[in-house]
Amino acid sequence: MLLEIDNVTLAYGRIQALHGISLTVGQGEVVALIGANGAGKSTTMRAISGLRPVSQGTIRFDGDDITKMRADLRVVRGVSQSPEGRGIFPGMTVRENLEMGAYTRKVRAEIDEDLQRAFTLFPRLKEREKQAGGTLSGGEQQMLAVGRALMSRPKLLLLDEPSMGLAPMLIQQIFDIIVEINQQGTTVLLVEQNAQQALSRAHRAYVLETGRIVKEGTGAELLNDPAVKDAYLGVA
Amino acid sequence: MDFSGLIDNFGPLTVTGLAQGAIIALFALGYTLVYGVLRLINFAHSEVFLLGTYACLFAWGLFGLDQNSAAPAVGPMLLYMLVGLIAAIIVSGAAALTVEFVAYRPLRRRNAPPLAFLITAIGASLFISEVVGVATHRNQTGVPPIIQARPVFTIGDTTVTNLQILIILLALVMMFALDRFINGSRLGRGVRAVAQNPDSAALMGVNKSRVIALVFLLGGLMAGIAAVMYDLKIGVTRYDAGFLLGIDAFTAAVLGGIGNLRGALLGGLLLGVLQNYAAGVFGSQWLHAASFVLLVVILLFRPTGLLGESLGRARA
Repeated sequence: MLLEIDNVTLAYGRIQALHGISLTVGQGEVVALIGANGAGKSTTMRAISGLRPVSQGTIRFDGDDITKMRADLRVVRGVSQSPEGRGIFPGMTVRENLEMGAYTRKVRAEIDEDLQRAFTLFPRLKEREKQAGGTLSGGEQQMLAVGRALMSRPKLLLLDEPSMGLAPMLIQQIFDIIVEINQQGTTVLLVEQNAQQALSRAHRAYVLETGRIVKEGTGAELLNDPAVKDAYLGVA
Repeated sequence: MDFSGLIDNFGPLTVTGLAQGAIIALFALGYTLVYGVLRLINFAHSEVFLLGTYACLFAWGLFGLDQNSAAPAVGPMLLYMLVGLIAAIIVSGAAALTVEFVAYRPLRRRNAPPLAFLITAIGASLFISEVVGVATHRNQTGVPPIIQARPVFTIGDTTVTNLQILIILLALVMMFALDRFINGSRLGRGVRAVAQNPDSAALMGVNKSRVIALVFLLGGLMAGIAAVMYDLKIGVTRYDAGFLLGIDAFTAAVLGGIGNLRGALLGGLLLGVLQNYAAGVFGSQWLHAASFVLLVVILLFRPTGLLGESLGRARA
């Protein structure tokens, strides 16, 4: 397993956000995490990338225990996150934002190669190359956040709500790109409110409710699960 | 109100103000760098400067120089300048890092509220300045005449001295170098990333603690250079020298837009010049009062300062 989370709990002050979460992501998979607002999806992502310290439990990545490792060192190990709210550097140009994604890397030729790859995946970013990140539209910022997360050549890509605030056509497009990234060899863990899209694109998925995992299965299984349909897919 | 003093001495007041402003600008960089990254006013920065003013005196003392020494020839003068600058840079840089490690980092680890940082900042500032005060019996210390101020050229009735040229040039060169570093290097980009979005910076692999230490160090280095220039220009230093000029430097940083490097330069030069104009009109005892009136007026119309904040522009 590339990522193994074992019985992780996490609290914000006195508020318990995660009550013992266990999940795994295998090499080459696309795994989705779905659930309502406040279920703990983004918190789980922050625990994995190291932005929030966990209270209990372990996180193993690529064979090593990274539970207590600093966030910046996890990037070097191969974890990359496109955060909730996109986290664009507003005063940097699109190109500088992408270069920031490659901050831990040294080989210039490889970085240039990946810049081209990002521009190929998102031609819109090429058009906006010299524009400040803060002046982009929401959809463009989302593309930039995903493109930037790829610039570290991660083994595991964490995407927090990649379809948030996007027009329906762009949602299709961003999921197509996620599948493409995955086929190029990157493992993806995805948090989504858009359960329909996420489940139909993911190999496997987990359903989160109030800080607990209440269901897991293949994307197709969960798509056809009556309870999931009822709660998250908006069909009776 | 009598404007004849200003009109008659417009040229000399401008040049004096620019040299004074250049020192203030270098000093102000430390406030602006730390604020840009941490949203913290490092009040102990004035004592980082203070220690610099004594560090070069100590180094010169090792050569047997004191305020009664004769001015050195060109060769030794260059050596003394170099040694004095290095001593001040090392001591101020180390002091800035020490303040960060002792007064701020432990609080950050515990997620302390902003007010706690303000208190430790003032505490560290008072502590250092009082230690220097006790050690020097609150007397001022004279500076050896390493560089004798000599007129280099005259335009109309305005004489420009070698010392004024040195101070202004050095400030501009250091500003340029710092600007290149922050905007052009990989590490500098890391600094801007932490200033604009600390969480995102960590997700890019930026070591936040190292960036914070770096901005304290950079601010300390610049304050060290400013301290040597101050010694040479004023000719004496005292345990409260950092406090008095620190208020000017902080004002300059806010005036230019705190968090903005170029703003610190603009704010420093502008403040130095306007203080001297005000002194020309109202008399030199009004110099500091004038700068505060100016600060209040500018903040009324432009609360973010003249250039706004750029290091962490529109932080998300």
